[in-house]
Amino acid sequence: DGNYCVTGGSDKTLKLWNPRKGTLLRSYLGHGYEVLDAAGSFDNSQLCSGSADKTVALWDVATGQVVRKFRGHAGVSDAGTPAGWQPRPGVTRCHLSSQKVNSVQFNEEATVIVSGSIDSSVRCWDCRSRRPDAIQVLDEAKDGVSSVKVSDHEILAGSVDGRVRRYDLRAGELHSDYVGSPVTCVCFTKDGQCVLVASLAAPLRLLDKDTGEMLGEYSGHRSSACRLDCVLSERDVHVGCASEDGAVYFWDLVE
Amino acid sequence: MAASSDEEEDLVSYGRALPALHEGERLKKPVPLQEQTVKDAKGRYQRFHGAFTGGFSAGYFNTVGTKEGWTPSSFISSRQKRAEKNVLGPEDFMDEEDLSEFGIAPKDITTTEDFASKSKDRIKEKARQLAGIVAAIPGTTAFDDLIGPSKITIGVELLRKMGWKEGQGIGPRIKRKPRRQKPDPQVKVYGCALPPGLSEGSEDEEDEYQPENVTFAPKDVMPVDLTPKENVHGLGYKGLDPTQALCGVPGREHLNLFPGSCEKTDDLLGDLRHTKGRKLGITGQAFGVGALEEEDDDIYATETLSKYDTVLKDEEPGDGLYGWTAPKQYKSKKKFETEVKYIGKILDGFSLASKASTPNKTYPPPDLPRNYRPVHYFRPVIAAGSENCHLRKALEESTGKLENDTTQQSRHTLNASQRGERLGETALKGPAPSVLEYLSEKDRERLKEVRKASEQQMKAKMLPQQSQSSRFQPAAASDAPHKWQMFWGGQLANAGSSDFKPFAKNPEKQKRYESFVQSLKQGQKVEAVDNLDPGMTEWERGREQEEFFRAAMFYKSSSSALSSRFTRAKYEDDVDKVEVPRDQENDIDDKETAVKMKMFGKLTRDKFEWHPEKLLCKRFNVPDPYPDSSIVGLPKVKRDKYSVFNFLTLTEPTTSVTQATNERIQQNNTLDKPKKPSRWDVSDKEKEKKDSISEFISLARSKADAQQQPPAPMTEECRTEANETLPSEVASEDKDQEEESRPSMDLFKAIFVSSSDEKSSSSEEESDEEPQPTVPVINSETTKQADLPDSSSSNVQEIVATTADPGLPLLPVSKKELDVAEEFGPRLPPAFYSGRSCRLPVHNFCIRKEKHKKNREKHRTKRDHKHKKEKKKKQKKHKTKGKHKNKKSEKDSSSDTEDSSDSSSDIDTTGLSPKELLRR
Repeated sequence: DGNYCVTGGSDKTLKLWNPRKGTLLRSYLGHGYEVLDAAGSFDNSQLCSGSADKTVALWDVATGQVVRKFRGHAGVSDAGTPAGWQPRPGVTRCHLSSQKVNSVQFNEEATVIVSGSIDSSVRCWDCRSRRPDAIQVLDEAKDGVSSVKVSDHEILAGSVDGRVRRYDLRAGELHSDYVGSPVTCVCFTKDGQCVLVASLAAPLRLLDKDTGEMLGEYSGHRSSACRLDCVLSERDVHVGCASEDGAVYFWDLVE
Repeated sequence: MAASSDEEEDLVSYGRALPALHEGERLKKPVPLQEQTVKDAKGRYQRFHGAFTGGFSAGYFNTVGTKEGWTPSSFISSRQKRAEKNVLGPEDFMDEEDLSEFGIAPKDITTTEDFASKSKDRIKEKARQLAGIVAAIPGTTAFDDLIGPSKITIGVELLRKMGWKEGQGIGPRIKRKPRRQKPDPQVKVYGCALPPGLSEGSEDEEDEYQPENVTFAPKDVMPVDLTPKENVHGLGYKGLDPTQALCGVPGREHLNLFPGSCEKTDDLLGDLRHTKGRKLGITGQAFGVGALEEEDDDIYATETLSKYDTVLKDEEPGDGLYGWTAPKQYKSKKKFETEVKYIGKILDGFSLASKASTPNKTYPPPDLPRNYRPVHYFRPVIAAGSENCHLRKALEESTGKLENDTTQQSRHTLNASQRGERLGETALKGPAPSVLEYLSEKDRERLKEVRKASEQQMKAKMLPQQSQSSRFQPAAASDAPHKWQMFWGGQLANAGSSDFKPFAKNPEKQKRYESFVQSLKQGQKVEAVDNLDPGMTEWERGREQEEFFRAAMFYKSSSSALSSRFTRAKYEDDVDKVEVPRDQENDIDDKETAVKMKMFGKLTRDKFEWHPEKLLCKRFNVPDPYPDSSIVGLPKVKRDKYSVFNFLTLTEPTTSVTQATNERIQQNNTLDKPKKPSRWDVSDKEKEKKDSISEFISLARSKADAQQQPPAPMTEECRTEANETLPSEVASEDKDQEEESRPSMDLFKAIFVSSSDEKSSSSEEESDEEPQPTVPVINSETTKQADLPDSSSSNVQEIVATTADPGLPLLPVSKKELDVAEEFGPRLPPAFYSGRSCRLPVHNFCIRKEKHKKNREKHRTKRDHKHKKEKKKKQKKHKTKGKHKNKKSEKDSSSDTEDSSDSSSDIDTTGLSPKELLRR
């Protein structure tokens, strides 16, 4: 909700920051390799993080302990990145040496962790039960999954094979949109009608969720090799994206 | 003990007097034995050290955790305090006594025996004193004495008891030869410095002091073994050579702390011993052999040591300035000598061997008889190697071409010729036609063959025959090129070899190849080429020539265009059935273009049915969209591997391009399949036609394959058959195939009546057979096949059976097949498997067709279990696909599962449109 910011770094730790004051609140140790992505639950009570040690960890924010560790991703990225959990755009999340970075997300109720891995699968982990294996493995991607987003009934996964797959749980459908180049980041608009797709060497594209048609295109930033995040502002007014030249670009959504 | 006072002085009292008893005190009762307990120094009961208890006293009598026992450390989870994990050693389980001075692990620093000052043997002491005086620097020996451990081993002690003196060699005493003294009279000699305490000035007296009958102990010498290891024994093992026994001086190693100075003292001591021995006049045989006696020269029979011996002799007079390690200049000089011998360049990273290694014995290979066949070929597996060739190709593709830049290669990756080049040697004219080379080339040329247009068909047909003949009779390989020459001389003339280097990896071979092409162009005899490499065997030469010829023949510069048409096989070929996602994402080619045109939307979107896990839905608070489905994820269908439907996507008007590309991939898949070795033989002949003729050829070919193949991969063949067709024409094609594979009924009757005795009782399958109208199918088939090209059909004919009469080129395929089947059918022996193994595939083929028949024939036992398995899959499929079921309502769920194409064709004949077919 904008009060906390969590970063994962190549120092194998997960750090919780206060973005307002810039103070470090807590750091979480327990990953064996770089922490590649992290996300927080809706109530800020739990964190989940994906690491290069092929595990997805569920953290208790208060105690700093690992609640669960999910193993099952065969291989995770070799390059570490800090990834911010920041609802507001403006923080460049990461500059990566590789676009193959997995990604973790809670679902709305923090009952499921959805993680995308370089092993080209998206796995849904159950936070409630003690099951060691994933609830479901979405292995349709042909290459590493770089970005995962979860809405109330959808799982959006962008893959390096150039496709954005949207698994609609309610309708029981899988929509696969081809964008041509490796997808680095995907995200929903806040109204849930569109999907913003960032891919390498291509402008950001705003795709209609239902039809797959392109509604907008945002270019000007540079993204050739790194996995860079893109975000939408809270009211879907602006589109933000990090660029390889070290800047963050903002576009007007409807421009 | 009490003694009378008068006797007191006479008595001798032993021991201490008991304390006087006090008045009224009772005598103490002795403690009974069972009550006598032992306590340790701290008053603890029954705690002994290891020597008594057989172990540490810790924890004795379950005292762990009690006051007397040791306290176990409290458990600390390693999760919180990871860093504090400490490793317990045995000390943690010991008592304090154990760690005290007399315990088993004393912690205090005490002087050990080695360094403890003890009474040194007097002789040594004296010698040391002597040496201290005599030595050039008078304090060094004392220093050595301080540092060196003075423990004497038992061997030394024994030796000493037997009369050996320290510093003296072991062995029989020898007379000091005047010869030794003569050559170096001017060198300082301490050896006979007689009276202890004599200074250096006494060396002049030496000669005078030497009486005739005095013998000397051999000089004490620490032999240094510098022999290179030549035998296969273990390191340092010399075998039991009595002459070498006791060669070394035991106990000497202790003195090696300061090698130079110690040796110095050794020498000094040795010389002193000489004097002593002479003084005492001890003569006679000590045991063992002196290390440097004359008769032991063979010990150091190697070159280096003999040289070293001479060096020894020089310093033998024993001036202490030369230790064993001292004369460095000798060694270096020797090294230079050897280095001078070699004039060539030395590779960096290598150094010259000091001694030339004995050349390995080489045995010349036996002379082969003239008509020797190195490989035995069985008839059915003619091209057993072609499997490897595909493997090889795949490897090549994956790893990239072999890079030839030798500059960046380290010396470990150099091959022999490159090393030779660096060393400045003349390159060997060696044969290097590796098998892999051959295979890959073959593969390449096979690809070229595919490109060949149909005008070469007739000639190409002759080629495989020739190659086969040459394979079977390698002796005839030399005359085969002549035929080729006659055939191809004209065509080859335009095939320039300037830019085409099929053997670029092997420059020598490439050279040979070029000259080969040259000679072919000029019409020379091909044999001239072979002069280039005399090391090749005749057989190899034949192979290579054949290879060259084909390479030259099929060379076309547009090879890149060709290679682009092939892709990797998508699925593993070994399995009959693959799990294919029912809906596959379309090929991305058209999407690519769509993306470029920014036409997102329908073009770039694929929509699939996707079944989420129930639990996932629950967790997401979403009703399960498919409440009664058991599948998860994309619905998968067990499909026959090469069913057309594996590769079919829903036909949309917009994605026809995709289909075409898909189709291409399929074809390539089937082409690139590395699985079936025997298949390539046939396809070899036909691939050149593949281009011009349409899929009918491939159809025919796969059919022929099915006939030629062993029974196991039969079903796959059927799939390939189905697979080869273009999806755009799928419906009609399907029909064709089905019709082709379904000869008339009397044929089957002919077959299966004869062989019905050994068919299994697969009654359930019997009952499941469905009626099929076959006769109209064949009619349509004949009409369809009428427009087949002659060449292809004749080709098929030829492949189908060599015995088939070639006079029916214009016959439609179905009829032809009938012929074939008839030809094979009646010949069926009642025992199906016995004997005619080569015919078996054909039978299988026929049997497969039998399933479409109306009359219910039994299946063979072998196929039976296979069917059962397939049936299971099929059932699953039926479960998942409801449409399938209701369309085939007349069909039981456990119907014959040949594949979906079969069933579809059934329905096809019953009037379903191809569109519907595709939907399924």
